[in-house]
Formats: sequence, C-alpha cells, structure tokens
Amino acid sequence: MECTGAQILLESLQKEGVDVLFGYPGGAVITIYDALPSFPKLRHIHVRHEQGAVHAADGYARASGKVGVCLVTSGPGATNTVTGIATAYCDSIPLVVFTGQVPTHLIGNDAFQEVDIVGITRPCTKHNFLVKDVNKLAVTIRQAFYLARSGRPGPVLVDLPSDIMVAKTEFVWPDDISMRSYNPTYKPNLNQLRRAVEELAQAERPVLLGGGGVIMANAAESLTTLARKLHIPVTCTLMGLGGFPGTDPLWLGMVGMHGTYAANMAINNADVLLCVGARFDDRVTGKLAAFAPKARIVHIDIDPTSIRKNVEVQVPVVGDCRLALEGMLEICAARLADKDWQGMHASWLAAVDAWKKDKPLSYQQGEAIKPQEVVEALYDITQGDAIVTTEVGQHQMWVAQFFAFTRPRTLLTSGGLGTMGYGFPAAMGAQIALPGKKVIAVAGDGSLLMNIQELTTIVANKLPVKVVILNNRYLGMVRQWQELFYKRNYSSTDMDAQPDFVKLAEAFGAEGYRIADPAQLRPMLEKALASPNPAIIDVVVEREENVYPMVPAGAALDEMLLV
Amino acid sequence: MQRHVLSVLVENEPGVLSRVAGLFSGRGFNIHSLNVAPALEEGVSHMTITTDCDSLILEQIMKQLHKLVSVIKVVDYTDIPAVSREMMFVKVQAEGVMRGELLRTCEIFRCKVVDVSLNEMTIEATGDHEKIEAILSLLQRFGIKEIARTGAVAMRRSMKME
Repeated sequence: MECTGAQILLESLQKEGVDVLFGYPGGAVITIYDALPSFPKLRHIHVRHEQGAVHAADGYARASGKVGVCLVTSGPGATNTVTGIATAYCDSIPLVVFTGQVPTHLIGNDAFQEVDIVGITRPCTKHNFLVKDVNKLAVTIRQAFYLARSGRPGPVLVDLPSDIMVAKTEFVWPDDISMRSYNPTYKPNLNQLRRAVEELAQAERPVLLGGGGVIMANAAESLTTLARKLHIPVTCTLMGLGGFPGTDPLWLGMVGMHGTYAANMAINNADVLLCVGARFDDRVTGKLAAFAPKARIVHIDIDPTSIRKNVEVQVPVVGDCRLALEGMLEICAARLADKDWQGMHASWLAAVDAWKKDKPLSYQQGEAIKPQEVVEALYDITQGDAIVTTEVGQHQMWVAQFFAFTRPRTLLTSGGLGTMGYGFPAAMGAQIALPGKKVIAVAGDGSLLMNIQELTTIVANKLPVKVVILNNRYLGMVRQWQELFYKRNYSSTDMDAQPDFVKLAEAFGAEGYRIADPAQLRPMLEKALASPNPAIIDVVVEREENVYPMVPAGAALDEMLLV
Repeated sequence: MQRHVLSVLVENEPGVLSRVAGLFSGRGFNIHSLNVAPALEEGVSHMTITTDCDSLILEQIMKQLHKLVSVIKVVDYTDIPAVSREMMFVKVQAEGVMRGELLRTCEIFRCKVVDVSLNEMTIEATGDHEKIEAILSLLQRFGIKEIARTGAVAMRRSMKME
C-alpha cells in the first residue's frame, strides 16, 4: 500500500517506540499535523514555543533514558530549536528533531519561512539530514534514531521538505541498520582494563570521578559497586550527580568550580584518578596545569575525542562506561580477590574524612530565608525521592551542593551549555515521562522568565510540576562575579522589576505561593508540594548570598574561596 | 609543529565538505590545503588535507574527523611511505632574452608551458611541496604575475621500504 511521506514519518516513529512528541505546528508541517490524529498512540504535546519543545524532549530523554522527539515547522520554528539542540549536544542527550522545510523546488530561493537549518545545526548536532526523496525517508528516520541513541548519544535533526511529506511511496521499514562510516566502540579493550586495575591496585590515594557518561550508560550501579569494593572515595561532575549515592560515606561531594573542599583537595592529592564518562571541562579542572598534579589518570569514555583532549592520560579506555566498570570488577574478582583494599586505603580515607569534617558545605542563618535552606527543605520534605530540574546560575549550584542525589536521572540540568530557560520545560518533559514522580523545577527569578510560556502547556496537560523560585531579584551568579571580581559594579544584574509570580501563576491557571518568612518555609513548602496541581512557589531569599566554595575562573582547584 | 598529510575517505553527499571544514574552523585547527575529488568506489570522495600542528592536536584532528558520521576512514601519511604531489600554474613575465632562460629553468624542473603570449608564459608544474616551492622561488626573478595552486594529493606506496 502506498503511504504519504507524513504517514511514513508517523508510522516510523511508532516503529521506533516513540509515544510522545513535543511540537508546534506551522505552514511547512501542516501535512504532518493533518495525519497526526490518525495515529492515536502518538501523544503530541503542543508547547508554546519551539525552544520549550526541545528542552521538554530533552527532559523527557534524561528522565526516561529514551530518545526525545520534537516536531516543528520551517524557518523560525526551526531556528527556535537551536538553543535546545545545542544544550542537548553539550550534554550528550539523545534527541531527534524533525523540522519542516519549504518544498524541494524552492530550497535555495529564499522562500517564505525558509532557512538552511541543516547548515545552521551542523556544528551542534551529532548528525543531520535533509530528506530529498520520499523513498529514503524511512531509512533516514531509522538512522536518525540509531545515531541519537547509540555510542555517545546526541541530538539528530531531520529536515523534511513539505513536498516530500505529500509524496507517496511504499512504506518499507528497514529491519537492520548499519552504517559503514559509524561504528561506536562499546566493548573496552581487555588489556587496557587490566592496566586500569593495576593502576588502582598500586594506588595509595585513589579517587573516582564520575561524569554524565555514568548516567547515560546506566553505569551508576557498577560505579557504586566498584567504589565500595575497592574503598575508593567518589566525586562527580555536575552531570554525574546521582551516579553515586550522595549519602554514602565514600561520597566527597561535587568537584570543580563550586565543588566541595574535600572533593577538590582529594583530586589535588590523589595518586590515581579514575575518571569515568567525564570530559574534563574547564569548570571541573580549573587551571589545567595544576589539575590533579600528583595523579596518574585512567580515563574511560565512549568518545575517543574526550580522551587526551584537555588532560594527559596514562591509561585511556575507549568503551561503554558500564561494560568497562563491569570488566574491571571481573578482573578484580579473578586476580585480586584477597586484596585488603580497606586496609590499603584506610589512611587516605581518614585524610579525606578530615577534609570533609574540617570544611563541610555550610551557610550562615540570617533574618531572611537562605537559598541553601530551601534546597535542604526540599530534600527533607521529598526525602530525596524527586526529580529535580534546574535553570542556570546560583540556584543550580545550591541544588548540586545541598540536595543529596542518590539515584541516576534525578537531576536534570544544563551542564555543558548552561542554558537559562532549560529547567522549566525540562521538568514538563520529565513529568510526562514519569507521571507518578514528584517533579520539581528549582529556578532563579531570572531564568524562569525565559520559558515561562510553557506554564500554559503544563496547565493544559494537567502536569503537577512544581516550580520553586529562589528569588533574590538578581541575576545572582553574574552578580556574585561582579561582587568578587568587578568591584561590585552590578551592571544589568538587578532584576528589581519583576512580575508578581503568584498572580502570574494564577493568570496561567496554576497555583501560586509566596514564602518570605523563614518560619513559614517548611510548612508552606510541604503544603505546596502536596498539591495535585501545577504550582509556582516564589521563595524570597537573602539577596546577596554567594555560592561557596568557589574556584575563581582560571585558578587551581586548591585555590578555593571558602567564605 | 609539523606538516601532516591526512587522507580522508568520506561519503560523497551534500554538506560533507562543510562538515569537515566546519570542524577545522570551529575547533581552531589549521588547514594548510584541502583537496577533494571522487574516489575509486562509487559514492565515496577522497580528501587530502595538509595541516600544521603538534602531535596532540593531530591526535584530536584525527579523532574528531573520525567522529563525523560522514567520514569513513582517516589515515595520517606523515610517518608511512607515501607519495604526495601538488600542481601549480604560474604566469610569468617572459620578454626578450629572458624567454630562453625561463624555458631552460622549466626544462630542469620538467615543467610544461601551457600558454604563451608576446610577453608572458604560463607554466604548469607538478611535484611535491618542496619542489613547487623551489620552482616558485627560482621564478621570482622573472616576475610572477599570477599563481593557481592545488593542495596536495597523496597515496600510500605499495611496497614497504626498509
């Protein structure tokens, strides 16, 4: 039977196991939207801005481990996805973004709502396609999903000219997929794994550093097992949080610019650093020349380009993080079953504990509500059983520091690109992926306004997402830098002009709460979080609170500002 | 810093040159020359890229190229036996007694004269990078009017040399 391109597209999505797509209609995709109601198994979430669609699909992907899918129109619909795509690319999130395009005979003519979105997104997608032949549509979609979810995952864009969506052909779903130019390495080299274990066996002061790869590869359990078996303290990057229980005695806290004293000191004094699925971002390493100066480094990553890009590595291991960690565990069991790891690392763990006790994360109570206190209250009330998304800035760092994530896929945050406006739509996507979960978007008063239009989508779909604003009426992180490094010149960071967030919530049909009295913080939060409805909880916090510790940009990890 | 010659096999599809060129520009890698043409196999193009960089950057360039989904194979010809050639047209001032001198120089380098007028000659030269540079420097004194050069093309030698 002959099908139209639009039918082939939607049929292919079902074959790929897609159940939700986030989208916004427009001229170039009317044909697809016309066919959509005939596919009732595909739930379409009609967002209010294309950027929201991509972040929502991203939140859906991070929370569920599945591929997030978007459908938008050509021209401005397509360009509005770029920030979301770049966000997903930086954090290796599997997405497939379908963009409408003008008909093939008009491409290159500067037609209405025409933009070269394949050209625009080339550097921020894992790969992208322009489909010019309806007979290649199904195989292209198959390849797009395969690329998005395999190897180091990432966003893939498929540009769909409107005439291809109308054209008809036989629907043939390719059973098998292989691409001669694309073969990610999953299985790590056994010799390299042996060398990695040998490094650990000789180490006196080992540290395990987990990154986003631990989450993406579902390697959290193996990482935890290895750390506990070998008695190695663990730190994570922002993207790795949840990859190791934040309540475990071996937990050091986050590493890097706003990492804990213990984590940064441990890295600085380690003799062996086992890095799993992290890419040594500048926010993690600080001054490269002074990073882990005493350590031999073992680096496991599925992407060979991550290895030896920033940091010299003694034992590179290319492969899937989970398979690599399992392989190391097997080698330990076979060769080093009797080794007294605990005894060997006792003095090191004692030193690490001393750092933890000496300079723990802390803040001073004051007259106003402290933002850190809000995050702690959220943790206590939910007992950690929640999915927390963040925007970008001070509140993001306080969440990373004061919410003890214990399970993977529970912190959704824009780590690499640092996209303000990410967290709120991402929470929407996460709530759709996991309807039974408590989903909390922690936001700054600046970030939230960047995609506030999605409150309509949240209300329309009856999603009980809770937004907690740590409202200091500043772009707090920029203000902090201005205070510390720019002589308190608070240029354009005072956000004194802001909406009444309670009324704003109500105008959208959500619940609005304001908490300004410290005594009311916990009871009001409890009440608001218990609501079955979407809600904005505007918490008025200390205006000029800073995030500490802080490693100034370009300084070494042990050059932390502690107060 | 060293000159490296990379042989890159890519899928012959629209945008592939942009992907490769964008990788170099986006990451601040140097391209000294780039040549691209269809390869033996249908649907495959062969790029020869020469770049000046240190060994760590070269490692990144090779890995990043390989990471591009359209790239099938990447080989560095720097340390393996390979032949490499560039081609050049050079239009030179050629009047009076200098014409004979110019022709003799061409002969020594086995260049061809492909176009001639009363006061100019266009010379076709082929050779490795050093030879092309040598020809150019020798032709300086005649007065060079215009140059059109290709990048290098390279191929691995069949026989391994001891």
